[in-house]
Amino acid sequence: MSGRRGDDLGAGLAPADEVVERALERAGGAGAVVLVEDSSDAEVRFANNTTTTNGTRRDRRVTVISLAPVAGGTAVGVARRGGDVDLAEVVAAAEADAASSPPADDGWPLVTPGDRAAAGRAGQDPDFADPPVLTGLGVLHDVVAGLAGAFARAEAADRVLAGFAEHHLSTLYLGTSAGLRLRHVQPTGALHLVGRSTDGARSAWAGTGAPDFAGVAVEDLERRVVRGLDWARRRVDLDAGRYEVVIPPEAVADLMVGVVEAASGKESEEGRTVFSGPDGSTRLGAELSRLPFELRSDPGEAGLECTPFLATPVSGPDDSVFDNGLALARTDWIEAGRLHRLRYHRAGAAAAGAPAAPPIDNLVLDLPGAQGSVEDLVARTERGLLLTCLWYIREVDPQTLLLTGLTRDGVYLVEGGEITGAVNNFRWNESPVDLLGRATEAGASVRALGREFGEWYNRTAMPPLRVPDFNMSSVSPAS
Amino acid sequence: MPEADEPVDRELAERVEGAALEAATALGCARAEVRIERIRSQSLRLRDGRLEAAADDVELGVGVRVLFEGSLGFAATVAVSVDSAAALATGAVEAARVAAVASGRRVELADEASHGRVVWSSPFVTDPVEVALADKVARFESWSRRLLASPVVDHVTAGALAVSEEKRYADTAGTSAVQHRVRMHPVLEVMALARDGEGFETMRTLAPPVGRGWEYLDGDGWDWEGELDQLPDLLAAKAGAPSVTAGTYDLVVDPTNLWLTIHESIGHATELDRAMGYEAAYAGTSFATPDKLDRLRYGSPVMHVTGDRTTPHGLATVAVDDEGVEARSFDLVRDGILVGYQLDRSIAEVAGLGRSNGCAYADSPLHVPIQRMANVSLAPADGDGPTTEDLVGGVDDGIYVMGDKSWSIDMQRYNFQFTGQRFYKISGGRLAGQLRDVAYQATTTDFWGAMEAVGGRRTYLLGGAFNCGKGQPGQVAPVSHGCPSVLVRGVRILNTREESGR
Repeated sequence: MSGRRGDDLGAGLAPADEVVERALERAGGAGAVVLVEDSSDAEVRFANNTTTTNGTRRDRRVTVISLAPVAGGTAVGVARRGGDVDLAEVVAAAEADAASSPPADDGWPLVTPGDRAAAGRAGQDPDFADPPVLTGLGVLHDVVAGLAGAFARAEAADRVLAGFAEHHLSTLYLGTSAGLRLRHVQPTGALHLVGRSTDGARSAWAGTGAPDFAGVAVEDLERRVVRGLDWARRRVDLDAGRYEVVIPPEAVADLMVGVVEAASGKESEEGRTVFSGPDGSTRLGAELSRLPFELRSDPGEAGLECTPFLATPVSGPDDSVFDNGLALARTDWIEAGRLHRLRYHRAGAAAAGAPAAPPIDNLVLDLPGAQGSVEDLVARTERGLLLTCLWYIREVDPQTLLLTGLTRDGVYLVEGGEITGAVNNFRWNESPVDLLGRATEAGASVRALGREFGEWYNRTAMPPLRVPDFNMSSVSPAS
Repeated sequence: MPEADEPVDRELAERVEGAALEAATALGCARAEVRIERIRSQSLRLRDGRLEAAADDVELGVGVRVLFEGSLGFAATVAVSVDSAAALATGAVEAARVAAVASGRRVELADEASHGRVVWSSPFVTDPVEVALADKVARFESWSRRLLASPVVDHVTAGALAVSEEKRYADTAGTSAVQHRVRMHPVLEVMALARDGEGFETMRTLAPPVGRGWEYLDGDGWDWEGELDQLPDLLAAKAGAPSVTAGTYDLVVDPTNLWLTIHESIGHATELDRAMGYEAAYAGTSFATPDKLDRLRYGSPVMHVTGDRTTPHGLATVAVDDEGVEARSFDLVRDGILVGYQLDRSIAEVAGLGRSNGCAYADSPLHVPIQRMANVSLAPADGDGPTTEDLVGGVDDGIYVMGDKSWSIDMQRYNFQFTGQRFYKISGGRLAGQLRDVAYQATTTDFWGAMEAVGGRRTYLLGGAFNCGKGQPGQVAPVSHGCPSVLVRGVRILNTREESGR
């Protein structure tokens, strides 16, 4: 079985670069942006030691963003279509909406090749006319073979395995009436493995990002899961309360997603976030932690590479369709423990007197110079809890960024630097901003897939953290 | 061009369906299904009365699922053509073959008779995606300005998502269906900054998302004018309200809040795929395991819960599901005892339950159908029954909860925590002003076991959500939940400011 295949499922679709050119030719008005995303997926899902729902997919999304001069500024119309698109229809739909809409508050001149040159980037990618890169089930061949063995071992050991392997390849084409022609190929993949004892009383999880599934072995995750299930053979019941915890990188990832999502310039100015100051100000520059943490996004981050230009089909409070094609560069949201950047589109940044800082599709928390793994932090713990995953995380109070959620798939008791058993699950209530402030130790950052938000934030690298007083609000009987 | 209410040109659709099913049969598939869908949606969002973003979206595609040598395989594409139809059958068989490498169980589907040709539309007057964007913007601009005119209101966010879903289904058993349904979710939220510069409060409309057309905004099913009139005063009262004292209280829960508690603690817990471990890696499992069927005391004797895919204006309402099963209504909890589950065909077969009750759904032509939630609803008391005021009257020291906000529940559906839009102190059987910073936390069976009374039909409301998540890859389903007001004794109340350590 080959790792790649032809585009049988895309039979009849016009080449993406031609779609961009033809749509731009049709578009009049004050300018236009065209995005074509050609993507393919291969997925294998499993539970109860058997494969369940499996398949492949070929997608194409065409977005036409039309700009129209209207009284007071420039209005925007957005039309998105799937498949073999009737370009006359989609362009007309976008233009009609633009012509009948009020002027956009985020109106700004489209990004030019000159703007990109000033950022050291090309305005026209030489591979713009290349076809999309596609994936297929072949990329999961070794995973499925590995699962067959893992299922057999599980059956023999009174264990049930569940999980998911997915591979997504997206080729994005972006063209604008200002002359940009950009293309980016983004692979995204993940493997999740959950093991439970047959009675459901013990549960353990392991997961990893897998952009190309090279070097990803089911057996490695299986070893981690089996280790967790073995730790849980001794069960200790604990009450709710505040505990010293070692939070592994995967759980830290899910917490830091909350921090970066709250870092909206507009919403902070409106007084709606944990980063709001009084009277329309923000807390930019405020000290959030005594440890000099860095929280950053960088399209060039080694191993976590992501789209190096902004591509958005609709505007939001701090990303703008006018900014499509804007070169993205390393952005430090938190620097040396201080709030350093909030997200702004160019129009918002100009109004705020801040640098433009669009969203970027990866996230790294780093304590410069920190060394050591989860195991090292555990070895230095006299008495505490080692967490595995956080789950069902929801915002309770945006003013403090108070989040609630559950522990899942393994809370382990640490005594004298060693794991001595597994503890019941808890509901917790905590603010991740406060956790950064209260953390007393961090290890080295490693690539880590968040259990909950890894579905949307696949590219994250995080350290393990020690927090001396994590708020476990109540016991959850769930396992 | 497609006929009205059909995803693509009918002749093309029939040729694609025929080609896919023929190819699958020729490849040796025991069964095949093909879905062609066009999902049109329009979203708009305004900030302080100014349009922030709007988008007009059409998703189009075709998906084929096959049962091949005891494994399921699925393939889908946005290219709806006779050529791709044959490739889809081949791709789905390839997926089944890959799955078979690590298959521990031969998949079979519970029997379902052919329903022949089914044509169905949800009840609506005006397809909401047919309304011009300018008209939509004008409506929300006008409503936003009206709210901003209040001295209490510092900011207003507003917006709506309107969806029109056209779905064709055909299978090798002879069922073919053309179904069209629409739904609307309009939301407005007002915000007041604290006058001392510290913090803020918000208040959101309680109008639920519904399976209705644009007429919903004109008052068909909800009193928008009345709700918007009250919103600034309700916000002002909340901003000036005292912070709750944490403790144990009796709760009267309004249907605008209770629908979500039903969704999380009953709806998901009675999905049999979850209860049998098929969602263990993601959404989770359930405490309500099959060995407890007909035995588990889920709640008090006044608790009767049904699942249905038939309620008018329900967001999960259809005529046949995405496996060709006819929609129906069925009991989940009767007299407080667990008596049923939500099923799709493969789970019904594994569990030996004979037939599916029609809960298969795919949120996109590019996704495989999985078991998704029916409209899961709590029955009101017989006859006129108690009013909400009657229920409040039975509480000496308690809290009345309205509107949903934050929600979270564990992976076995035991421990939940919810907040809301408005909390009123109940003192001596009367409402005594709003409270702030309230969350309620409980274990599912404790909460429903402490439900002393359910309100009558006049308190009943069909709530719901557009965004129920499940499955890998993630799928998002709309679902409704009807319920009356209820009285629950002795629930743990948290103060969310104290929880944050402040």
